[in-house]
Amino acid sequence: MNTKKLRHVFQAIALTALACSFAGPAIAAELKVAMSSPPTSMDPHFYYASANANVSEHIFESLVKLDADSHIVAGLAESWKLVNERTWEFKLRKGVKFHDGSEMTAEDVIWSLDRPAMIVNSPGKMDVFTKEIIGKKIVDKYTVQLTTAQLYPLMPVDLVAILIVSKRATQGLSSDDFNQGKGMIGTGPFKFVSYSRDDRVELARNDAYWGQKPEWDKVTIRFIPNNATRMAALLSGDVQAIENVPTADLPQAKNNPKITIFSKVSQRTVYVYLDTRRSPSPFVTDKSGVLLVKSPLTNADVRRAISMAINRDAIKNRIMEGLAEPTNNMVPPTAFGYNPDLKVVKYDPDGAKKLMEKAGYKDGFAVTFHTPNNRYINDEKIAQVIAQNLSRIGIAVKVDASPMATYASRGAHHEYSMGLLGWGPIEASSPLRALLACEDAKKGYGTQNWSLYCNPAMMAPMEKALLTEDDAERSRLFQESMAVAINDGAVLPIHQQFTTWATQKGIVYIPRTDERTYAFDFRSH
Amino acid sequence: MNGDWPRVLILHFSHPYTDIDMFAFLIRRLVQSTFVLFLMSLLVFLGVFAIGNPIDILISPQATQEDIRHTIEAFGLDKPLWLQYLIFLKGALLGNLGTSFVYGTPAVRLILERMPATFELAAFALTVTIIIGIPLGLWAGLRTNTLVDKTIMSVSTLGFSLPTFWVGLMFILVFAVKLGWLPSNGRGTTSELLGMQVSFLNMDGLRHMVLPGITLSLLNVAMVIRLTRAGTQEAMLQDYVRFARAKGLHDSRIVGVHVLKNIMIPIITVVALQFGSIIAFAIVTESIFAWPGMGKLIIDSIQMLDRPVIVAYLLMIVAMFILLNLLVDVLYSVLDPRVRINELKG
Repeated sequence: MNTKKLRHVFQAIALTALACSFAGPAIAAELKVAMSSPPTSMDPHFYYASANANVSEHIFESLVKLDADSHIVAGLAESWKLVNERTWEFKLRKGVKFHDGSEMTAEDVIWSLDRPAMIVNSPGKMDVFTKEIIGKKIVDKYTVQLTTAQLYPLMPVDLVAILIVSKRATQGLSSDDFNQGKGMIGTGPFKFVSYSRDDRVELARNDAYWGQKPEWDKVTIRFIPNNATRMAALLSGDVQAIENVPTADLPQAKNNPKITIFSKVSQRTVYVYLDTRRSPSPFVTDKSGVLLVKSPLTNADVRRAISMAINRDAIKNRIMEGLAEPTNNMVPPTAFGYNPDLKVVKYDPDGAKKLMEKAGYKDGFAVTFHTPNNRYINDEKIAQVIAQNLSRIGIAVKVDASPMATYASRGAHHEYSMGLLGWGPIEASSPLRALLACEDAKKGYGTQNWSLYCNPAMMAPMEKALLTEDDAERSRLFQESMAVAINDGAVLPIHQQFTTWATQKGIVYIPRTDERTYAFDFRSH
Repeated sequence: MNGDWPRVLILHFSHPYTDIDMFAFLIRRLVQSTFVLFLMSLLVFLGVFAIGNPIDILISPQATQEDIRHTIEAFGLDKPLWLQYLIFLKGALLGNLGTSFVYGTPAVRLILERMPATFELAAFALTVTIIIGIPLGLWAGLRTNTLVDKTIMSVSTLGFSLPTFWVGLMFILVFAVKLGWLPSNGRGTTSELLGMQVSFLNMDGLRHMVLPGITLSLLNVAMVIRLTRAGTQEAMLQDYVRFARAKGLHDSRIVGVHVLKNIMIPIITVVALQFGSIIAFAIVTESIFAWPGMGKLIIDSIQMLDRPVIVAYLLMIVAMFILLNLLVDVLYSVLDPRVRINELKG
C-alpha cells in the first residue's frame, strides 16, 4: 500500500515536471536585450542615426530592406523596376496591415516619402534620402512611381532608410509627439508599448504580421552605454542578450559556459586619411618641429610607404582580439562594388623604407596623427600602433586623441594632416562620393573628403557609374574608380571591425553586417 | 522646564531680528543670484562655442555641403556669437531655455523628465547617510580611542578613499552577478505619483535603488561620521554638558538633545550641499548603474555639444544650489538663535 502511494506521488511529481517543461517556453517568451546607444527620438523620420533606426525598424518597415549580409531584399515593396530612364516603379505588398488594423497603401508610402523634408529641429534631416525624387505618383492602390531629374540607379538603396508610417495616424504630429507614444503605428513585427528616454522601449508582438512572426510575446530593449554595466546585466541575468561586447571582456566571455558570443564583419571600415593636397600641411614638420614647405604627404609614394609600414595583422590580433578583418577596400567583401583585386597591403617595413628613400625622404619627417577616442572600437589604440609602426620607417608620429565632438568639428574644417576615421556604407558609391570625390558643393561630392583628394582619373568612372543602369557594369566602374583612389593612397583602409553580440546559452542570434540588433532575430532553441 | 536650562542660557545672548532684516537679506541674495546665473550662462555659451559646432557631429554622413549649411541656419548657428546669446537671453527672460539640438525637445522638459529619478536616488542616499552616519559618529565620539571608535574610523576611511566607480562595479559583481540578490542596473518598475514616475513606492523599484543609492552615500556617510565624531568630542568637554550632568540629567538626554543640537550646524551644511552635489553630479554612479537620471543627461549633452541642454541644466543646478544655501542659512538661525539672518554673508 505504501509503495502504491509512493508511486502516485512520483507520478504526480513527474506530471508536474512535465507540465512545467511545457510551460517553459511560454514563460521564456519575453526577451530583454541591452543596446549600447539610445535613440534620440521615436519619430522614425526625425534623425538619421543607426541607434534611432535600430529601434524604429522593430515597429516600422521600409519598402526595401537589407538582409544579414547587407544585400537589398524586398520589404513592404514586393518588386521594383525602372520603367523608363527617370522613373522607378514600386509594387507594394498587398494586404499588409498597420498595427491599428488599417491597410498599408500607396497613399501611406507617398506620405512617408514627403515627411522627412517637413521635419523641423532635426540635426540631421533624412530628406538626404528622398531629395533625388522630384515627382511622386500613385498609379493604383498598390503601385507608386517616383521620378528623378536624371537616371538614378541608387534609388532602392536610398529607400532602405525611409520607414513607412501610417498617414492617418501621423498627420499633423510633431516629432516630439512620437516620444509621447502618439503615431507609433507601423507594419513591423512588433507593436509599440512604451518608451522611457535613454532607459527602455517596450514592445509587444504583432500577431497580424505579414512575415515571419517573432518568437517573443514581449520585448524590452534597454539602453546601457556603459560597457561594464552592459556586460554585468547579461552575467546577472537582468537581460538575455547584449550588443557590442567590450573587447576587454571577450576572452573571458568566450570561456564562460553560460554565454554564447556571435560576431560578424561589419560594413564599417576604419581607415587613415592623409592631407594629399596642401603644402605646407598644418601638422607636417621636420623632426625639429619646423613646418615643411613641401609636404611629403602630397607624394603618392610616401602615402603608399605609410600603408606598407602599417602592421594590420598585429592590430587585428593584439588590439582587436582577432575581431577585425584587414582590408584594402572601403566596403566589406559582400558589398556591391567591392574590388577583389585590391589585396590587403602586406606589412613590409623594408619595402616602405625603400619607397621613402625613392621619394627623397630617407630621413623621414614628423606628423601629428589625430584620432577620436570614443567612436570606433579601440580607435586610440589603433592609432598608437600605427604611430609605432611608422617610427620604423623614420616618420615620427605624435598621436593626439580627442572625443568625437571636438575631433569631428576640427576635422570638418580640414585642420588635420593625418587622421583616423570610420565609414559604414551599404555599397561603394557612398565612400566614393563622400570621401574621395573632389569637393563640389553643387553636386554634393566630397562632403567628408578630409584627405582633400581630387583626381579626375578617379572621378570619371565614378560619375559614369552613377548614370549606369546595368548592375554589373556599374559595379565594375565603382571598382575601377576605387582602385585608382586606393592605389594612389587617397585613403589607407585598415580593417573592417566586427560587430559582436552575447547571449545567454540557449538563445541564438543571426549576426548582421549592418550592425543592427533586432529582437526578432533572437531565437531560443 | 528644568531640562531646558542650558538653552535658556544661550537665548540670553540672542537678539530677535526684524522682518526688515530678513527682507533686505533676501533682496541681496536675489540680486547676487541673478548675477551668478547670468555669468554662468555666458561662460557656458563661450565654452561650447569654443569646442565646436554640434552640426559637424550630428549631421548624417549622406548630407551634402548644402544640407549642412541649411541645418546650421535652421539652428541659428550661423549667426555671430553675441547675437546667438542675445536671442537666448530674450528666450530665457520669457521662460524658454531653448530646444535641444539632439532630441528636438524643449531642454527644460528633458531635464524635468529625469528629475524624479535623480531626486529619489539622492533622497535615498541622503537617508542612508543620516541613518548610518550620525549614530556611528556619535558612538565613536562618545567612545574616543576605544576599539569601537578605531573600527568606525578606519572603515570610514575606506568610504573616502575608494573610488565610486570601483565600489559600484564591485557591488554589481558581488550582489548582482555572483549572489544574484539585487538587479545589476536600471530603474525597475515605476509607479505614478503626482504625475511623476517614481520607483520608491514598489518593491521592484526599491530593489533597483539599493545598490546605486548605497554607492552614492558611501562618501557622505564617511564625511558625516567624521563631522559628528569631531563635534561630539568637542561638545562633551563644554561647560553646559558638565552642568547638565551635575544637574543629574540622563546621558541620553544630554547627548540626544543638547549635544546633538549643538553639533548639527556643520552637519546640516555639509549634508545640504552634498545633496546638491549628488543631484547635479551623480554622473559616475548613474552611468555605472544605467540609472536614467540627470547626470547622464549632462554628460551625453556635453559629448554632443547640445548647448541648450547644457545651459539649461547648469542654470537649474546653480539655482538649486542657491536655494539650498538659503535653506541652510535659515536653518542655522532656527538651530542657533545667536546667528542673525541679516549678518549672514551671501
